[in-house]
Amino acid sequence: MPYTTYLVEKGASHNFVAEAKPPTVTMPRIKALMTGSLPGFIDVVRNLNSPALLEDNVIRQAKAAGKRIFFYGDETWIKLFPKHFVEYDGTTSFFVSDYTEVDNNVTRHLDKVLKRGDWDVLILHYLGLDHIGHVSGPHSPLIGRKLSEMDGVLMRIHTALLSKERETLLPNLLVLCGDHGMSETGSHGASSTEEVNTPLILISSAFERKPGDMRHPKRVQQTDLAATLAIGLGLPIPKDSVGSLLFPVIEGKPMRDQLRFLHLNTVQLSKLLQENVPSYEKDPGFEQFKVSEKLHGNWIKLYLEENKSEVLFNLGTKVLRQYLDALKTLSLSLSTQVAQYDIYSMMVGTAVVLEVLTLLLLSIPQALHRKAELDISLSSPVISLLFYLMFLVLSAFHVIVCTSAESSCYFCGLPWLAACGVMALISALLCAIMSVLTKIFVRGSLPSKNPAHPNSGWSELDLLMVFGTVGHVLSLGASSFVEEEHQTWYFLVNTLCLALSQEIYRSYFLRDDGEPQCCFHVEQGFAGATPALQDRTGYDMQEQDRVHMSSSLSEVLRGHEKWMVLASPWLILACCRLLRSLNQTGVQWAHRPDFGHWLTSSDHKAELSALAALSLLVTFVLVQRGCSPVSRGALALGLLGVYCYRAAIGNVLFPWQPDNRDISKGIIEARFVYVFVLGILFTGTKDLLKSQVIAADSKIKTVGLWEIYSGLVLLAALLFRPHNLPVLAFSLLIQTVMTKFIWKPLRHDAAEITIMHYWFGQAFFYFQGNSNNIATVDISAGFVGLDTYVEIPAVFLTAFGTYAGPVLWASHLVHFLSSETSSGSALSHACFCYALIGSIPVSTYIILVTSLRYHLFIWSVFSPKLLYEGMHLLITAAICAFFTAMDQTSLTKS
Amino acid sequence: MKDNDIKRLLYTHLLCVFSIILSVFIPSFFLENFSILETHLTWLCICSGFVTAVNLVLYFVVKPNASYKRSSLSHKVTRFLKCCIYFLMSCFTFHIIFVLYGAPLIELVLETFLFAVILSTFTTIPCLCLLGPNLKAWLRVFSRNGVTSIWENSLQITTISSFVGAWLGALPIPLDWERPWQVWPISCTLGATFGYVAGLVTSPLWIYWKRKQLTYKSN
Repeated sequence: MPYTTYLVEKGASHNFVAEAKPPTVTMPRIKALMTGSLPGFIDVVRNLNSPALLEDNVIRQAKAAGKRIFFYGDETWIKLFPKHFVEYDGTTSFFVSDYTEVDNNVTRHLDKVLKRGDWDVLILHYLGLDHIGHVSGPHSPLIGRKLSEMDGVLMRIHTALLSKERETLLPNLLVLCGDHGMSETGSHGASSTEEVNTPLILISSAFERKPGDMRHPKRVQQTDLAATLAIGLGLPIPKDSVGSLLFPVIEGKPMRDQLRFLHLNTVQLSKLLQENVPSYEKDPGFEQFKVSEKLHGNWIKLYLEENKSEVLFNLGTKVLRQYLDALKTLSLSLSTQVAQYDIYSMMVGTAVVLEVLTLLLLSIPQALHRKAELDISLSSPVISLLFYLMFLVLSAFHVIVCTSAESSCYFCGLPWLAACGVMALISALLCAIMSVLTKIFVRGSLPSKNPAHPNSGWSELDLLMVFGTVGHVLSLGASSFVEEEHQTWYFLVNTLCLALSQEIYRSYFLRDDGEPQCCFHVEQGFAGATPALQDRTGYDMQEQDRVHMSSSLSEVLRGHEKWMVLASPWLILACCRLLRSLNQTGVQWAHRPDFGHWLTSSDHKAELSALAALSLLVTFVLVQRGCSPVSRGALALGLLGVYCYRAAIGNVLFPWQPDNRDISKGIIEARFVYVFVLGILFTGTKDLLKSQVIAADSKIKTVGLWEIYSGLVLLAALLFRPHNLPVLAFSLLIQTVMTKFIWKPLRHDAAEITIMHYWFGQAFFYFQGNSNNIATVDISAGFVGLDTYVEIPAVFLTAFGTYAGPVLWASHLVHFLSSETSSGSALSHACFCYALIGSIPVSTYIILVTSLRYHLFIWSVFSPKLLYEGMHLLITAAICAFFTAMDQTSLTKS
Repeated sequence: MKDNDIKRLLYTHLLCVFSIILSVFIPSFFLENFSILETHLTWLCICSGFVTAVNLVLYFVVKPNASYKRSSLSHKVTRFLKCCIYFLMSCFTFHIIFVLYGAPLIELVLETFLFAVILSTFTTIPCLCLLGPNLKAWLRVFSRNGVTSIWENSLQITTISSFVGAWLGALPIPLDWERPWQVWPISCTLGATFGYVAGLVTSPLWIYWKRKQLTYKSN
């Protein structure tokens, strides 16, 4: 950027490095720039549909002062400041793959507007650079071109402004800033140094020309811009601004003005402090402010006496320094203080979550019982006395809290009916817990008659699952483990595979010599077993089980199939290792070169095309075996369509087509695939409904479930980026291998299979390249086949694209259980296990985050993870609803 | 008889522990700048050598499996060669497993391999000494209720505890404390060593504690 460099080095400008606070997403950053406040993490969610900004901001103040504001660029601004702009043209920022149109759309207005000059404030928001980063990363050759284009734009604006100044004699101010940086992968949202550091250059002929040191620009906060702009435009500083004036900007002014500006800023900050901190008088910043105000008074007195001596100047610089110190302290204490927590609402939410979890935990023995009857009657607790008492107490508490609370509280802001509903829910759940507890105690008094655990001998696999779950939950308390959660899951899945292989080898080799060795009894088991849980009867039953199982195993194993069984865990391990090196995620090792980057670089398009085609082929071969002929054809066409779509948007190549053809958005191809997705899903649903009507045939149901599963696979194939298609193929391969060679011969029970599916689902979530970091969400998945941004499909597609791994594994679980197991209770078992294992981490995490809310990394590490967990919980709930629906159909049938 | 056996077991195990402690202190007399963390690879070699030597010596002195009678020279030689091959195989297998667990494939090959060697030293060599190159016997010992003597029982405990130690040793790697021992594979080797030592110490005590319940079917 030669012109900008020239301006920074030689011109009348001030340059800074402005530090953006995470989340480094566009909407919160615009808010920070304009209001000077610190937007919270919930704004990330609102980033997709930004509601109007209600807080005090520079734009509003400028409009109130009668300034004419023009805006061209990112649509977010127009949504944030509706009716504030006299003239505007918004560009939707959601076509990430487009990086020329979005900027031309802004630049085309430039000449006209600069010539007219009937505006006071002109805001331009260019999107192209950000889009290039999202699409092809920070090392793309497109970046250089885009930067020089931007440099040209800056030169045009600056020269136009300079020529205008000659006429009007009023200085203009040109601010060049970025809302957020770009990470090593070209994305943003998190808190790495590359993402939070943004340039901030103020150019004006009012500044003194001085050869500034370009190498070490001063580090300031992004929020400082709002206060500076307000002062510069002669507007009141926005009320909630925590920023302090950029002092170099006003250095050229006379001492009196400098002091006045600083005074304005400190008064505003101390007012904000008074509002937010009860003991503001003790704050060091406030004390400094009082001192400097007094000194300022003395200075004014001297000044009015027209004492032009050295004394005046010295006192002035002293006041100045005092003011700057006060500003710094005030700004600092405000940025830490403003993060307020709505404890009451948090408590209410936590209470509900914990009660549900307790209910689930208490009903474990009941639900995993052979008959799997899980009936928690909600009707009886509702009419009990306890319920009404609880309800009254809670309501009284609610009234007391809400009337006495000073700060705003989300839960108090709810309408009364909703609040009452929540409190009724809390008390009903509590009563249900009490009733279950009493039931357990009643039953506990006569355990001899009713052995609760008929089969409670735990194998090593079960132990591993329990310890793995507990370990994972505990690891969520450490920020590095949250950042590197994928490592936890890879580790657990690998260990699971090794445990499975140990089980296979043992059950295969030991029965081979004919004489089972199980007559050597070590009474209490060895280090690996849990002695406490084994009573004599359970032990024998389990022994019989194992003998039975292994005899069946040797029946199954013949010829080469035997070798496949023995090799399958190793095959799975190898697949996992390959997938692991496909996408490096996390924080510490994210910069390592990985296979995915190698594939997506433009030099390796041919390899990428071959790999994508191969993966699609593997996908087809693995999925088609369970489908009906019609949906088989649809699947083949759909997968072809996926490849055509990727070729149309320029990700992959056809062998017969040369490089560099025109790139379209691939709308037609993507919609072509959608038709088949819907068609396959429809056939599947039809089969399911048919199986319900024609009671006898369970085969149709299996086919229907498989078709739904294959429809989801097709959708995932469309949404995944081409370098991630191997993830899909490997996932299907692992599922096939596990089904054929591990779960069928070894006869695990439904709970074990469910947990294995859950673990693999989680591991695949990370294999896809996701992490606990907002920046890795692939929002381009939400715009496949859409012409403009439509909220509901975009959100749905993005969510599905992100959570494709867990969803695919869960749907495979449904199909597997309904096709394999003879007992009808397997599905409800699995549903219960899935809900339990999904909710344990979430609820523990909620408690952990609540207790860690003053942790240093709360915004950068824990909050994004909380968002992910919330989304995951929603998806788990949807999956469980699907399970229950399937279960209901099987119940009505029998 | 049984108490006597347990006492012998305890002494042999204490000797093994002692050899590990020696491997930490003796080299510093001969080598300059020796420390476990900085010259980790050297320590790994030395420790592995010490433990192997002690195990072999103990095997020839104590002779826990008296059932082995035939002693033609050629048989002995093939047996020894088989043991060597088994040991190498186990090293390579462990190396492959580490890579599957996510150890770098190309970089740090020597480190990964030495970790495999030390883990084999803690697990495979005692197995080879006690059970000989006999895969079926190994599988028997490491399955539930397969042990036939206190020696095998203690072997089971030490082996499993070294594996668990190595497994647990991998846990602190992602933490951002930036300590020297978090570097691959130091935490894992230390974990394996601690697991092995813990297994050595606890197994005689555990067997002593459970001696009433333990009944082995004699061959």
